[in-house]
Amino acid sequence: MTALAAEGRMVARTARRMRRTGALGLSGWTAVGALVLIVLIAAVGPLLNSVDPNAVSLSEAYQNPSAAHLLGTDANGRDLFARLVDGSRTALTGPFLVVLVSTILGTSLALAAVWFGGWFDQVSVRVMDAVFAFPGLLLAILATALFGSGLTAAVAALSIAYIPYIGRIVRSAALRERNLPYVAALRVQGVHGVLISLKHILPNISGLIVANATLAFGFALMDLAGLSFIGLGVQAPTPDWGAMVGTGMSGILQGFPDEALFASALIVITVAAVNVLGDRLTERSEALS
Amino acid sequence: MNTTPLLAVEHLGKRFGKGRHQTTAVADVSFQLAEGGSLGIVGESGSGKTTTARMIIGLEAPSEGRILFKGQDRTQPARGVKELRERGRNIQIVFQDPYTSLDRRQRIGDCLAEVLGVHFRLDREETKRRVRELGELVGLDERQLNSLPKALSGGQRQRVAIARALAAEPEILILDEAVSALDVSIQAQILNLLSDIREERGVSYLFISHDLAVIRQVCDDTIVMRHGAVVEHGSTAAVLDAPQHPYTRLLRDSVPRDGWDPALSTTRS
Amino acid sequence: MTAMSLLSVDSLTVKLPVAGEMRTVLKDVSFELEPGKALGLVGESGSGKSMTVRTIARLLPPGADVTGHVRFDGTEVFDLRGEALRKYRAGDVSMIFQDARAHTNPVRRIGDFLTEALCTNQRMPKKQAEARAVELLAEVGIHNPEQRLRQYPHELSGGLLQRVMIAAAVAVKPRLILADEPTTALDVTTQAEVMVILKRMQSEYGMAMLFITHDLELASSVCDDTIVFYAGQVVERQQASRLHRDPLHPYTAALVRARPEIERRAGRLPALPGHPTTAYEAPDGCAFAPRCAFAQDACRVSVPPLLRIGEQGDSRCVRMPELHGSLLAAAGTTQEVTP
Repeated sequence: MTALAAEGRMVARTARRMRRTGALGLSGWTAVGALVLIVLIAAVGPLLNSVDPNAVSLSEAYQNPSAAHLLGTDANGRDLFARLVDGSRTALTGPFLVVLVSTILGTSLALAAVWFGGWFDQVSVRVMDAVFAFPGLLLAILATALFGSGLTAAVAALSIAYIPYIGRIVRSAALRERNLPYVAALRVQGVHGVLISLKHILPNISGLIVANATLAFGFALMDLAGLSFIGLGVQAPTPDWGAMVGTGMSGILQGFPDEALFASALIVITVAAVNVLGDRLTERSEALS
Repeated sequence: MNTTPLLAVEHLGKRFGKGRHQTTAVADVSFQLAEGGSLGIVGESGSGKTTTARMIIGLEAPSEGRILFKGQDRTQPARGVKELRERGRNIQIVFQDPYTSLDRRQRIGDCLAEVLGVHFRLDREETKRRVRELGELVGLDERQLNSLPKALSGGQRQRVAIARALAAEPEILILDEAVSALDVSIQAQILNLLSDIREERGVSYLFISHDLAVIRQVCDDTIVMRHGAVVEHGSTAAVLDAPQHPYTRLLRDSVPRDGWDPALSTTRS
Repeated sequence: MTAMSLLSVDSLTVKLPVAGEMRTVLKDVSFELEPGKALGLVGESGSGKSMTVRTIARLLPPGADVTGHVRFDGTEVFDLRGEALRKYRAGDVSMIFQDARAHTNPVRRIGDFLTEALCTNQRMPKKQAEARAVELLAEVGIHNPEQRLRQYPHELSGGLLQRVMIAAAVAVKPRLILADEPTTALDVTTQAEVMVILKRMQSEYGMAMLFITHDLELASSVCDDTIVFYAGQVVERQQASRLHRDPLHPYTAALVRARPEIERRAGRLPALPGHPTTAYEAPDGCAFAPRCAFAQDACRVSVPPLLRIGEQGDSRCVRMPELHGSLLAAAGTTQEVTP
């Protein structure tokens, strides 16, 4: 391969990158649409439920969809539609809290590490690496073992487990930014380091942070659903998608897969939408920088 | 007449790395910059000229030697924001790359206002007036002050960088290859601007460049650096018209010009 | 004249898709290059000099709109497909880029880089290709070539790496070398060394060369002829050695005057007002008129044709017949500059 042939390939690659204008595109907007719908359901759906999602009626177990029960009922005769709508709240709130806490902590830690450098940076990198080595789910299981089952302990544990995920990405982006001459120019003017970090470095890497927080939301949703699935997360009778997949398992064996099927479909759709959006946002932040 | 030079650098040295990987970037560099003077540092990549500048501005700590500003010791980088600001009002710097030396999300006017806010207590109106003044000084109009860096050309961005450095009203301006990335027609505009500013404000220049013709245009005195050390030092006219050191001669002869034949200037190939 | 030219560019106009619209980057560019000659393409950033060479090398991004002709040895370059295009790019023309490091694979040895083209394109056996690589490195003035073959790009300085690129470019014995600012990233002493080698290789191998540079002095000292680009157009064409002594366009003259000299300090540099424009942003009429000290109303009406100026060359300035010879002496260009 001559330099010229290699250049030809590079031109095509650059052209592809150039065409990325920073627009989200069809897939991105579809994902946004799906997520808006899901969030809307979580926000107002439970208020509109005409049936109590926790009303047990053993005589109505495993009913097929009907006018009274739009998606049928589960093993305890509870309305599946009402439970899915109600469950969206717990399914979305958990990952949202995880992402919020881990992004704020991870970003602050990374910015501080980059600004102060030296031993502080070294130590925080080592600590993040150590935490990163633990699977989030394992940490969450450990936390529930220590502090008892329920959402609170799991969310707290995952929030810590996700810090390195955000922190490592923010650190490398902030490091790149800090080495640009404009930061040196602000330093020699005597602008405070905290101000440079928050007013200059942070806005310039915010696109990347949002993109990665979005992706982290998908992972957190999966982790929390998994936790509820094995019975350590959301406790019965509170409805939750992950827990519904778990309780629906017995139904599958008896030939009633609806509960597990609907709940996992919602998880898959949400995670897929979040991942697509996260990917588009990542591309966008690359295109704009 | 004040006999203390504005800036004195004495036996300055900088080593990077440790043990076997240690390299010497700057070794035993000494020079003085007089008030209102203009000193050129010329050299090729790896000559240590940029490291010298970074030590003087306080972005790098010297391994040995001293830096004196008006007789005060400035060898170690400033500790704390207050000291940084004080020093910022003495010495400022303009970098080479006009694209990365501005925050791409900050409007030009805000950039200048921010720096003014660091050094002076000004109300909103006064800040606005000063920003306009600075813009005028470097030839930027109201519309350009309201725009983001991406709307400006390389030459205009470099004007912003100069205005930002001058906002602190420094006594010394370090220009680190500040015109090297610019097109010839823009380079001439910036060089004229720099000579106007020097006349108007009496600011002294430490002008770092690899370009002998640009050095001739801007600097009264010149030092030539190679491999971290000074090989020649004198008035710019003397250094360029009658170079004493073989390296200075090689540098001069390597510059393409009328009737230049690369074969005659190379001694090493 | 056309009969003996190796490369002929005829009314070349190129538009590229940028942010959803087609932007003109080259406008009606024509020139000829004879075998073994060096032609300098001079201009500032965005002038179209680089784009011209990329068009010739068929390196335009997909979606580019090209009209006009580029003929290499009589063959239309835009008609080349498949094997013929591969042969053209791998054997007839070679390119040397400004950033040698970006154009080498950091994890492959210098030797692999050099022998690859010989083995794949010329079907040379490995042993023979290595011997040839050693020969090539020696030709570009690299000491201990055997040892260099085993090194990686990061172990070589910028100047040495650019010599390797020259060796690789001439390895296939092309008839045309496209050199895109090959020494701009190098120190001035290294530039001189690399230029010596490039010129020597060019004449030893009898190759023609298109030499892109922003440096007028460099172009006039290493090329036979030069063309000056402004806003995607050719504004002047003449013998290289006369370029900065007797320019044929106000733009060239202004560039010569704006550049500081080593020999003396100018009180004030006669700077050009404004900044270089691209073909896309160029106004009606002469693209240079807004910055030109000699512009008259007639200049702003229509695009001037490329005029023949005696035996000396061509100029895209309608006032050239009256201004010829007086451009450099002219005062009046020191207007106050506003960006």
